[in-house]
Amino acid sequence: MAKLTPVAGVFVVVCMLWPHAGQAAPDEVATLRAEIEALKADYNARVQSLEARIRRLESGAASAQTTQPGTAPGTAAAGEAAVVAGQSAAATPPPAFPQPASTAAPARSSSATAFNPAISVILTGNYASLSQDPATYRVAGFIPPPQGEGPGERGFNLDESELTVSSNVDPYFFANLTAAIQGDNTIDIEEAYFKTLALNNGFTIKAGRFFSGTGYLNEVHSHNWDFVDQPLAYQVFFGGQLTQDGVQIRWLAPTDYFIELGAEAGSGRSFPGTQRNSNSLGSDALFAHLGGDVGDSTSWRVGGSWLDTHAMDRTYADVDQFGAPVTNAFTGTSRTWIVDGTLKWAPHGDPTHHQLKLQGEYLRRTEDGQLAFDVTGQNLAGAYSTAQSGWYVQGVYEFVQRWRMGLRYDSMHPGTPGIGLVNSGVLPQTDFLSLLPATPERTSVMVDWSLSEFSRLRAQYAWDQARAHERDEQFLLQYIFAIGAHGAHKF
Amino acid sequence: MSRHTRIAITLATLALCLGAMPAQAALKVLATTPDWAALVTELAGDKVNVYTATSAFQDVHRVDAKPSLVARARTADLVVATGADLEIGWMPVLLQDSGNTRIQPGSPGYFEAAPLVHLLEVPSAVDRSMGDIHPLGNPHVTLDPRNIAVIAKALTARLVILDSANAAFYTARGEEFQKRWQQATAQWEAKAAPLKGVGVVVIHRDQVYLCNWLGLKEIAAIEPKPGVPPSAGYLSELVTKLAATPPKMILRNAYNDPKAADWLSQRVHAPVVLLPYSVGGTPEAKDLFGLFDDTINRLLADAK
Repeated sequence: MAKLTPVAGVFVVVCMLWPHAGQAAPDEVATLRAEIEALKADYNARVQSLEARIRRLESGAASAQTTQPGTAPGTAAAGEAAVVAGQSAAATPPPAFPQPASTAAPARSSSATAFNPAISVILTGNYASLSQDPATYRVAGFIPPPQGEGPGERGFNLDESELTVSSNVDPYFFANLTAAIQGDNTIDIEEAYFKTLALNNGFTIKAGRFFSGTGYLNEVHSHNWDFVDQPLAYQVFFGGQLTQDGVQIRWLAPTDYFIELGAEAGSGRSFPGTQRNSNSLGSDALFAHLGGDVGDSTSWRVGGSWLDTHAMDRTYADVDQFGAPVTNAFTGTSRTWIVDGTLKWAPHGDPTHHQLKLQGEYLRRTEDGQLAFDVTGQNLAGAYSTAQSGWYVQGVYEFVQRWRMGLRYDSMHPGTPGIGLVNSGVLPQTDFLSLLPATPERTSVMVDWSLSEFSRLRAQYAWDQARAHERDEQFLLQYIFAIGAHGAHKF
Repeated sequence: MSRHTRIAITLATLALCLGAMPAQAALKVLATTPDWAALVTELAGDKVNVYTATSAFQDVHRVDAKPSLVARARTADLVVATGADLEIGWMPVLLQDSGNTRIQPGSPGYFEAAPLVHLLEVPSAVDRSMGDIHPLGNPHVTLDPRNIAVIAKALTARLVILDSANAAFYTARGEEFQKRWQQATAQWEAKAAPLKGVGVVVIHRDQVYLCNWLGLKEIAAIEPKPGVPPSAGYLSELVTKLAATPPKMILRNAYNDPKAADWLSQRVHAPVVLLPYSVGGTPEAKDLFGLFDDTINRLLADAK
């Protein structure tokens, strides 16, 4: 092909010149001919030099430097310097810096597929044996989230099948799509964001839909959880995980300790906020993380987060004093504080055979506004004010290669909500069954077995006293399989 | 609007802190393994400030993207990595979260060693059923000193680009290192001549470059597939197989679990040779020269 290029070039030039050449004087023809000859010679020289370069590359680009022992390092350096100097003038973020190609690199079948994004699929499923009917599951004392509460259905269940597609967009952005195909054949867009690559000084901006950076566990995808389900505090306060449709900015301090500060502005659609038909921001979040190492074997991270969001007519199903179903609604502000801490220990920092991971989080939410009772019937409204909290601690230990065991304890503190309609005597407290005082708690144990980095089988048993009166004994078996691109995991 | 004002104030404070940061004089290097840290130290001396992400007692495949590593990536001027997917489980997180354009792949501040040398064991087809296989080839390239020479040359060139004020220093030091390294390599090769053709059993296939260089004959690997720990059944099969071609020794790296190697050692009557694998893996392997000195001494001690 390469040899055809000069011929084609000459042909094109000749075609372009042909009508003029026909009318041209003989000396003009001679000049043109000379020019064409010069062009031809030039092209031939270029083709030859390209062919020579290809031959050199083929004969071993990788060993090119070994086969030229006479080349002083300085010469090579000058060459590389010239390349960089030429490029750094062109754009602020340095464009592709030539990494010597390896002869080992597998041949691409076509350039069309060379830029395909990294694709990974994670399949999860479980078998659940629950002593109580999951349809009655409620964490007592709290306004229930629209979803994300409870252990799921009984029997065999297909959990979410998570599809992740990600790639660098260009030198400036990285983009990621994570879609969860649910067992009931619906698709949730868990995350769809772009992230900056070319900002400097420790700044990163992420925008689109993403898991909020508040807390520790919130950003962790379900296949990386250490238990089948989320802690009760995450289920109650975030409906599982807090998603932001908005913008996040993070700044990493230039210090030896890990100090990260972040701020988010989002629509606030995700529970505990709601869609509000408003141009203003629905949720703001601030978070700070601090981390480091103790010796070779231990690393840690602590964090503090604050979330401010707004709800408008956030409805939930409840039962009145006569046992009749009612729909109530909250409108107002919802603020959540989170303190989190994580510690990992492995001998010499090598988690191949043993690793201990301890983590705990404390969440505290205050909600202030109006609570409407029976919005489809009596529709009574009054003031509402609560300060509720919940926490969990868990430890997971890899006791022998591939095998881990874990223990988790959850405790929830709904407090006594200030309900205007109750305080003023309009309705009795028993009309708000979900908000009656309670002390939900849960203890979970798990064992999991990972034959490789890409497969995991897990058994979990939980004594769940989230409901006001009955204890739910939950036995769960779970599988997690990952195929496709090798994902890197955060701490 | 007060909360937006609060956010704005926070960001403004951050920006001010940033402006107040003093410029660092020495080049900050984040090396993924102690070997690359040692090489950078050989080539750059006190002109650089090197931080090592892992130790000789860690399996570099399995490292957490710890907060401390993200913090080091943030301030690094140069990342020296092995590449060929060895650090794929954690390096991408460090690079993405660092907010540091200097070390992004494609920038002068991102250096990968493996693509510079001829990689062995490049699979013609890859599938996860083959274990923890590397599509680009075996990335454990350090234990062949000829590879180190090639990588050192490219690294010197990179240092010259990143810190041109000290170009003459790096060039001279690089040449001096190459000279010492060539001599040392020749000595090691002469000394290790008796090892040629000696049959060995390895654990993970990370001694391939060493075996290839010294002519050691790798008879078998204790891992049935890369990254897959052996089952009892596989080990007993291995014992039967090794009865026909008994190995002279079993090689174990400092970071490997000794159990399987010790078990096999008793059955096939071959000693387990503990090798440093990386700088710091044994007390004698203090630097790159020590790494090779000690590796060869330990091999010779048991080959006789």
